[in-house]
Amino acid sequence: MQKATIHLETLTCPSCVMKIENAAKAMEGIDKDSVQVMFNSSKLKFNFDDDRVKINDIVDTITKLGYEVKKSQVKAL
Amino acid sequence: MQRFILSKKNQTAFIGAILIVFGFISRFALRNETIATIAFAVASVIGIAPIAIQAYQALRVRVVSIDLLVTIAVIGAFLIQNFEESAIVTFLFLFGAYLEQRTLNKTRSAIKELTEMAPESALKQLENGEFIEIDVDEVEVGDILLVKTGAKVPVDGTVLTGEGHINQASITGEPLPVGKHADSAVFAGTILENGTLQIVADRVGEDTTFGRIIELVEEAQDSKSKAERFIDRFARWYTPAVLVLATIVWFFSRDIELAITILVLGCPGALVIGVPVSNVAGIGNGASHGILLKGSEVIVDFSRVDTIVFDKTGTLTIGEPEVADVQIYSADVDTVKSYAASIENESDHPLAKAVVKHIGAVQLFPVEKTNVIKGGGIVAEVDGHSVIVGNLTLMEREGVHLSDRARADLSKFEANGNSLVMASVDGELQALIGIRDQVRPGIKDDLAKIKKLGVKNLVVLSGDNQGTVDRVARELGLSEAHGHMLPEDKAAYIQNLINKGHIVAFVGDGVNDSPSLALAHIGIAMGSGTDVAIETSDVVLMNSDFSKLPHALGLTKATARNMRQNIAIAVGVVLFLLASVFFSDWMNMSIGMFVHEGSILVVILNGMRLLRYKLKP
Repeated sequence: MQKATIHLETLTCPSCVMKIENAAKAMEGIDKDSVQVMFNSSKLKFNFDDDRVKINDIVDTITKLGYEVKKSQVKAL
Repeated sequence: MQRFILSKKNQTAFIGAILIVFGFISRFALRNETIATIAFAVASVIGIAPIAIQAYQALRVRVVSIDLLVTIAVIGAFLIQNFEESAIVTFLFLFGAYLEQRTLNKTRSAIKELTEMAPESALKQLENGEFIEIDVDEVEVGDILLVKTGAKVPVDGTVLTGEGHINQASITGEPLPVGKHADSAVFAGTILENGTLQIVADRVGEDTTFGRIIELVEEAQDSKSKAERFIDRFARWYTPAVLVLATIVWFFSRDIELAITILVLGCPGALVIGVPVSNVAGIGNGASHGILLKGSEVIVDFSRVDTIVFDKTGTLTIGEPEVADVQIYSADVDTVKSYAASIENESDHPLAKAVVKHIGAVQLFPVEKTNVIKGGGIVAEVDGHSVIVGNLTLMEREGVHLSDRARADLSKFEANGNSLVMASVDGELQALIGIRDQVRPGIKDDLAKIKKLGVKNLVVLSGDNQGTVDRVARELGLSEAHGHMLPEDKAAYIQNLINKGHIVAFVGDGVNDSPSLALAHIGIAMGSGTDVAIETSDVVLMNSDFSKLPHALGLTKATARNMRQNIAIAVGVVLFLLASVFFSDWMNMSIGMFVHEGSILVVILNGMRLLRYKLKP
């Protein structure tokens, strides 16, 4: 398992949080319970399985959802 | 294409505004209704594009968002050819989003300033001895780094060579620079004011003290209280419910105008954003005053606190006790001193340090069979003798004989406000040492401020004897004082208060008092910022500055009040809007959107007031 922190553009609408959360939870290989969207610090944190999903695909999904990704960090758990 | 439209939202709002103004000019000044209609229609179409895209994206991940409500409402307005309203609604929605972003950034600014103090780059030594600049994320434990004058220390580390003065305000809150030389510990995020240092990295990234503080504050600003989680759950169902309600209204009344007005009015914006805004502004204010508040639950609890329990040593007092009175009963003064110093050297206890410091340089003996008795002292063998150094409880437990004279001295010392350390050799009391700790300067005023904020019940608990504790309590005007308390006794005392229904905060140093810190509703650690205290407590006062406590209390009260105001504003506005749509005839989509966006701005601006919060003198 890997732990990822994605820095997003500044989040301003609360429904963004729900959108990003649902999108992340729907992805294969992401641990649903670990998904955390931080409204004020505009970050998305989650654990994922590197064998089943790549961080770049996750970043792509978030970008396609309409949110700019500023930086993503991955750390081994 | 989608991304282009979304990225130009602000420009879209601006163009929409121009078109709307143009539309009104052509209607009222030029009396040309056709041009006016075209202008409004164009404004609606370009305005709804980004909103509709967001609504669609949300639907794809099964979220019924506000955007969807607005999109349907605008389409509805189009169908009944009310272009003027659809144009104004889209403009207000986009313009509102822009203002929300601007003002939200303001409320978040205090914490942003803190995170921006994080170091970004480091100078790392290569194998050939040269230094190259690398990103701070690439630094690994064990790397040798160069820190130049004016630069930030990139990681927590130890100085290898060089000397300099470091401003550690970002970690400890202490404004005066601290001298550093070989073997000194240095901390990430602090600034080297002069000199040059070579350091070896001990902890990097999020493991550094600064990294932990940042992480803590960031988690805190997004933590949710019970009330907030309730609102979130509510909002999740509220938006779809509004959609259903509007459909039902339309189905029975066949009045599209009414149905789409309900859609616009039903947006839950202010309700969802109100509490997080107060939260982030309150925590931001705390952070810029050296107070770390760990989240919104902490704020709510602390604002309702009715009892504050203080540890004495290091909290109410400075924590650097000094020997004030000494009585030695043995004829061989030097030997007694040597034995006592030998044993006390083994301990990190503040009283032990005071004894060692007072005795000074004497002959030291090897100490064997050391047995540290928690909350009592030390029993050991020195130079072939059984030596006990500790408090009265320990002496009595070990069966040390106390003469009448010693007992008289004891009460005299205690009445003077001394903490007592006794030394016995082979079961006979040889020395009585009275140690005193000064109360922190200014603490009396701070406690008075706390009382004024409505916390009447102030209690001091201490492992010291009752005389000392009573003296401190009298001097500071505390309501209760209890001495002879071990850490577990303090925890039991706090549990008892909690059982009685009090809301209890505990203020302690966080090292021996972690059970109490964890048990109390609010654990407040007097941390120098480098302690484990940061982890175990709910509130951290940086640089152990007690004077921050009244500010922290006042701030949490103001923040909790602010959250309640925001909830009231949000709920009030929605009720008002829904009532007026059914019971008045002046309500329409544009006014509804205006009031709705206005209420969001009002709660954000209300939250922003917290950034400037100061405790009234």
